[in-house]
Amino acid sequence: MAEIAIRSVKKTYGKVQVVHGVDLAVRAGEFVVILGPSGCGKSTLLRMIAGLEAISAGEIAIGGRVVNRLEPRERGCAMVFQNYALYPHMTVADNIGYALKVAGLGKAERRAKVEAVAASLGLEDFLDRKPGQLSGGQRQRVAMGRAMIREPKVFLYDEPLSNLDARLRVAMRVEIRKLHQRLGTTTLFVTHDQVEAMTLADRIVVMNAGKVEQVGTPKEVYGRPESTFVAGFIGTPGLNLLPGTLDPGAGVVHLEGGQRLAYDRQRWAGAGAGRVMAGFRAEAARMARPGQGLDAVFEFSEELGAARLVHGTTGGAMVVVSLSDGRDLSPGDRFGVDVPAGEVQLFDAGTGRRLSGERAPAAVPGAPVLEAV
Amino acid sequence: MIERTPLLNLVTHLVLVSGLVLLLMPLWIVFVAASHDFHTVNQVPMPLWPGDHLAENLAVAWQKGNFDRVMVNSLIVALGVTVGKIVIAALSAFSIVYFNYRLRMLVFWVIFVTLMLPLEVRIVPTYAVAADALRPFQAMFDAVGLSVDLPEWNLLNTYSGLILPLIATATGTFLYRQFFLTVPDELTEAAKMDGAGPVRFFLEVLMPLSKTNMAALATIMFVWSWNQYLWPLLVVTDHQTFATATMQLQKITPGPAFGEPPIWNVAMAANLIVLTPPVLVTILLQRWFVRGLISTDK
Amino acid sequence: MEKRATFSNLWLAAALVAPQLLLVFVFFYWPSGEALYWAVTLEPPFGGSNQWVGWMNFETVFADPKYWNSVRVSVIFALLTTALSLAIAVLLALFVDRRLAGHQIYKFTYFIPYALAAPAVGLAFRFIFAPDAGFVSAINRVFPNLWNPALDGTDALALIIMAQAWNMAGYNFVFFLAALQSIPRTLVEAGAMDGAGVLRRMRDIQLPLITPTLFFLVIINITDSFVNSFGIVDITTNGGPARATDLMVYKIYSDGFQGKDYSLAAAQSIVLMVLVVSLTFLQFRFIERRVHYS
Repeated sequence: MAEIAIRSVKKTYGKVQVVHGVDLAVRAGEFVVILGPSGCGKSTLLRMIAGLEAISAGEIAIGGRVVNRLEPRERGCAMVFQNYALYPHMTVADNIGYALKVAGLGKAERRAKVEAVAASLGLEDFLDRKPGQLSGGQRQRVAMGRAMIREPKVFLYDEPLSNLDARLRVAMRVEIRKLHQRLGTTTLFVTHDQVEAMTLADRIVVMNAGKVEQVGTPKEVYGRPESTFVAGFIGTPGLNLLPGTLDPGAGVVHLEGGQRLAYDRQRWAGAGAGRVMAGFRAEAARMARPGQGLDAVFEFSEELGAARLVHGTTGGAMVVVSLSDGRDLSPGDRFGVDVPAGEVQLFDAGTGRRLSGERAPAAVPGAPVLEAV
Repeated sequence: MIERTPLLNLVTHLVLVSGLVLLLMPLWIVFVAASHDFHTVNQVPMPLWPGDHLAENLAVAWQKGNFDRVMVNSLIVALGVTVGKIVIAALSAFSIVYFNYRLRMLVFWVIFVTLMLPLEVRIVPTYAVAADALRPFQAMFDAVGLSVDLPEWNLLNTYSGLILPLIATATGTFLYRQFFLTVPDELTEAAKMDGAGPVRFFLEVLMPLSKTNMAALATIMFVWSWNQYLWPLLVVTDHQTFATATMQLQKITPGPAFGEPPIWNVAMAANLIVLTPPVLVTILLQRWFVRGLISTDK
Repeated sequence: MEKRATFSNLWLAAALVAPQLLLVFVFFYWPSGEALYWAVTLEPPFGGSNQWVGWMNFETVFADPKYWNSVRVSVIFALLTTALSLAIAVLLALFVDRRLAGHQIYKFTYFIPYALAAPAVGLAFRFIFAPDAGFVSAINRVFPNLWNPALDGTDALALIIMAQAWNMAGYNFVFFLAALQSIPRTLVEAGAMDGAGVLRRMRDIQLPLITPTLFFLVIINITDSFVNSFGIVDITTNGGPARATDLMVYKIYSDGFQGKDYSLAAAQSIVLMVLVVSLTFLQFRFIERRVHYS
């Protein structure tokens, strides 16, 4: 177990900069998920921590020791790769035990450790097989076993679940979480899948275009996104965002289509007038009769089983409302979108950042949400 | 990857540079020797820096080796083999892959087996056939009792004799076959839906798609056929007219150690003339050459 | 593998393969068959058709110490050229694949020797290794008569071995490098995470994963040493001195075309054919067993 400190880390390939000064502190024993779309620099960041990429600028410290100049083997990290990177010519036992062999451990001792790790992952019966004879989930476990056996200070996962089918992915997610609870090892997990991030993480680091957009618990990034990017990326569907002008005097946002959306004036007491994006969750809004709330035109709906997502437009902007009852609409039908003033969040239209001058809301808990579960 | 291995990096660079010296030094020595006069080239130790007699030596070697003529011959043979191979290989691969007939597996194997025996291994009988290319048919007619008299078709001292036996292998056919098998079926079906027949499909769909493979095969075949030595040596007796460039190396090679000291500078100049075309082709078209190497031999 | 969508015009199909089949028949099957025929018959001294003699030609060949000499020389030549050439090539490929600064240069230059014709290689090496001129002759200044391929059989054999190994090293390099580059980079990275250094990873991960290529190249090199060597021997040593470099192909050539003994040459050809075909079969077996990653 070790804490990781990342200080203004940058990565450039030639003239192209892919990571623009990332700062991040990971506490010892924490499970942190780095989430972002492909090409956002999240894997590069992970590989810099592992020592597989050189750090162009800045500093990374693991357990208080700066590791910039250290080789991968000296950093005490173990990594699970996206394609598992199992040695195809070695048996499962040899794959898991290779690090110990390199470290010069005796055969008997090695065997004992390999068997213990294999048993904890349910791989006892496959020790003499080659990776080619294993299923995707089994390979995944071997890759985890190979990482576990070294009892590393830090676990690094590089999109380890993206090669699995949906059902297996859920099962492996649970196993990874359980493994973390059992070992308590500091873990960094890179993914582009927000569901994976929400379910696994103590804290999520949302990255976009080489920058950190927000660091927070799953509940924080969902409930209080720091930017329109995070707002749109987290949640299914993402936050509804409507462009408009803030009128603090009236406590409303004048939307571009000419409609007005009331917000909580007390909460946003510090916000000044100007161009904003007003956001609200599809789950927080209610569908109402035409004329009530925002005026919207129905386009289509998506059936999710437990709920239904109703897509429409209001004043030229897309809007989505989540419904649990079964009202049928035809394309072109008008309906109202009732948004409680307390649910409206405000972002600067120019920078995309959350408006400053908001009173700290009491609703968001400080403790990591999954530990409370 | 972050790896602090300064010593190993030094060793790596040393090994790689030694490799470069090892693999290019012989060429450099040929070049240096070809650029000195008779006296200097026979010095011990020989100079390792080029002199100023290169043009002179090349001129002598060019004259002595009759290169005016033999370079043209080599070019005809190399281009003949290359074009012939590409056309014949593409046609037969198309037939084997895209037509469904009962004998096609047999045809496949009949062609495939030829990969196993290079020409050099069966020179004696191939030479006999080249003396009269219609003899196999004559012999078959005789065997079944037909009294058909075929004329004699002597391939010795002809371009056909130099080219045809070199085309009769499966190398290119298999390159094409492998490639055709990777072309999605949907493409054929789409062409059929569009009303294209086999000839049209071959010319307008398959051939444009095969450009890369064709280029790779062409570079390999050009170098390979330019470098042929044993076969031309046998087929050509009229050296004035039909000799190829590589054959001239034997002529220009210094004789046994007795008597006059060998004229190394001219011999190396001749060698330079002969090795330049294939070396140039591989360097200029190295992308295709490497690709061709790897795909033709699998 | 078969195509789902095919054409059905049989005449066209036949016409398309006809040129290939004709060539193969006239220049491959017929001569190979004829070699078989000659190997078991003898041409009578006063004309007339050949007489069946069964194994006699083979017995003559096998009873000839000169033949066994050529087999011995060929085997030594094949094994040493293959070992030497592959060792150099794999070493260079492993180090080029470290991808240090400047490695691209080597990628583009190492294969050049393979572009040379065998006789051109022979002529170059004959000069470089000439006892009284050229590059190596300096050694004789220091140790007189230490090196003379024109008189010493071992020197002559060493000379053609070096020439052939040099010729093939570039070819082997191309294959080794391609094989190394097809190993997923993450495997090497996983090795580094597991604590293995550069050399350890070469030994434990990269080399085992390119063994299929290694086997393939062993066969190709041995075959090539039987086939391609003619040009080298013909230019450098003419099989001498005292048959020290009388390789099998060279002996077939000299018996058949200089000695005009077709039957003996044919019998030797058959033996060589069997040898080459068995090697090729071996090769196909190994190709079947290529390692698949992921």
